[in-house]
Amino acid sequence: MASIWQYANPRKFIQTTDRVLPWIAGAALVALIVGLVWGFFFTPEDYRQGSTVKIIYLHVPSALMAINGWIMMLAASLIWIVRRHHVSALAARAAAPVGATMTVIALVTGAIWGQPMWGTWWAWDPRLTSFLILFLFYLGYMALWAAIENDDTAADLTSVLCLVGSVFAVLSRYAVNFWNQGLHQGASLSLDKEENVADVFYFPLLLCIAGFVLLFIALVFLRTQTEIRARRMRALLVRERLG
Amino acid sequence: MIALLTRDLRLAVRAGGGFGLGLAFFLIVVTLVPFSVGPENALLSEIAPGILWLGALLACLLSLDRIFALDWEDGSLDLLATSPVPMEALVSIKALAHWLTTGLPLIVATPVFALLLSLPQAGYVPLVLSLFLGTPALSVIGTFGAALTVGIKRGGLLLSLLVLPLYVPTLIFGAEMARRGALGLDMKTAMMMQAGISFGVIALLPFASAAVLRVNLR
Repeated sequence: MASIWQYANPRKFIQTTDRVLPWIAGAALVALIVGLVWGFFFTPEDYRQGSTVKIIYLHVPSALMAINGWIMMLAASLIWIVRRHHVSALAARAAAPVGATMTVIALVTGAIWGQPMWGTWWAWDPRLTSFLILFLFYLGYMALWAAIENDDTAADLTSVLCLVGSVFAVLSRYAVNFWNQGLHQGASLSLDKEENVADVFYFPLLLCIAGFVLLFIALVFLRTQTEIRARRMRALLVRERLG
Repeated sequence: MIALLTRDLRLAVRAGGGFGLGLAFFLIVVTLVPFSVGPENALLSEIAPGILWLGALLACLLSLDRIFALDWEDGSLDLLATSPVPMEALVSIKALAHWLTTGLPLIVATPVFALLLSLPQAGYVPLVLSLFLGTPALSVIGTFGAALTVGIKRGGLLLSLLVLPLYVPTLIFGAEMARRGALGLDMKTAMMMQAGISFGVIALLPFASAAVLRVNLR
């Protein structure tokens, strides 16, 4: 019977992802192109924000993926700790740089958006601050992976760091809320609200979000494959030297 | 466990450096601040609680890699790991020893340093209280970071990178409590949050530290 755990087999993982990767990457490309072109050129300008509102099509999806990337790493770390599937540890490792990049995109687009709207590139607003802290967590996680030579030790240590870091990231999120009041608006998209952003902005935005999600999945698949192959190659080299 | 604690304390006091170094570093930070922001007393007294908290945090950070590094190098950490004392207790004792040799002297010295930064009269008790509540959390979180990086050569910078983001909540609530105290505002919320973080961290984090230490000793 097929179960999700069969993909813990590296060969099976590579086989399957090889088959779906072009489709996911293609879908990401289509969604991003259509969403961005629609968003940039075929939506009206906001009556107060003018054309700067269009940066929302990059800002919101990247911010979403920055957080979801960490959550994905958390899940993969848990799977590694509980079931010790190497693919899972490598997927967590592969996701970190992608998530960090998403965080940077969100911060940079936010700064570019904030300049005309709030009159400042940066403010110590709770949301901005917690994103900066999230970026630091990504940096620490990647640095720890890079610093340890033994793969299994590195996987163990980074997954514990990911778990502890998650708790502290949430703590920090609420701590900065307490520390300073913000400029940033509240959530404009949520599933339980009657009204979100106006529909003209909403649909291209949804498309862009879908594009970013697919892009993230495609990149993580690709990078996980690379990690698996790199590790396999290292093993072969070692065997050659011994033999 | 008591033996381990006294051993660690004795090592910290006698084997040079560790003990006084944190305090000296704290003093230097406090001395350098007026040079960088100017000597006006009004400005200094306004930022004093934050500066003192930051100085204490950095001084604490400075001595973290000593928690396990020396024991790791001469192999006594392996011996400790095979002793009947559970690993969780071991890391808790290590954190306690670190707090006694770093956090406690900092707390005792802070009123003097606060004088240098002309902290308002009302600020002394809240500042000391906030450090008293907050520095144990710094030691325990730092022990986790030290356990993570114990096997890495020249892991000092990495240790800072890993530990500093984890210090954010403690710093926020601690400095906020000290600041509100200095201004004579109500500091109950910050105090309770700070105490909550400290106690939570003391109760839970030793398990994570012990887990990563076991991995590193494998």
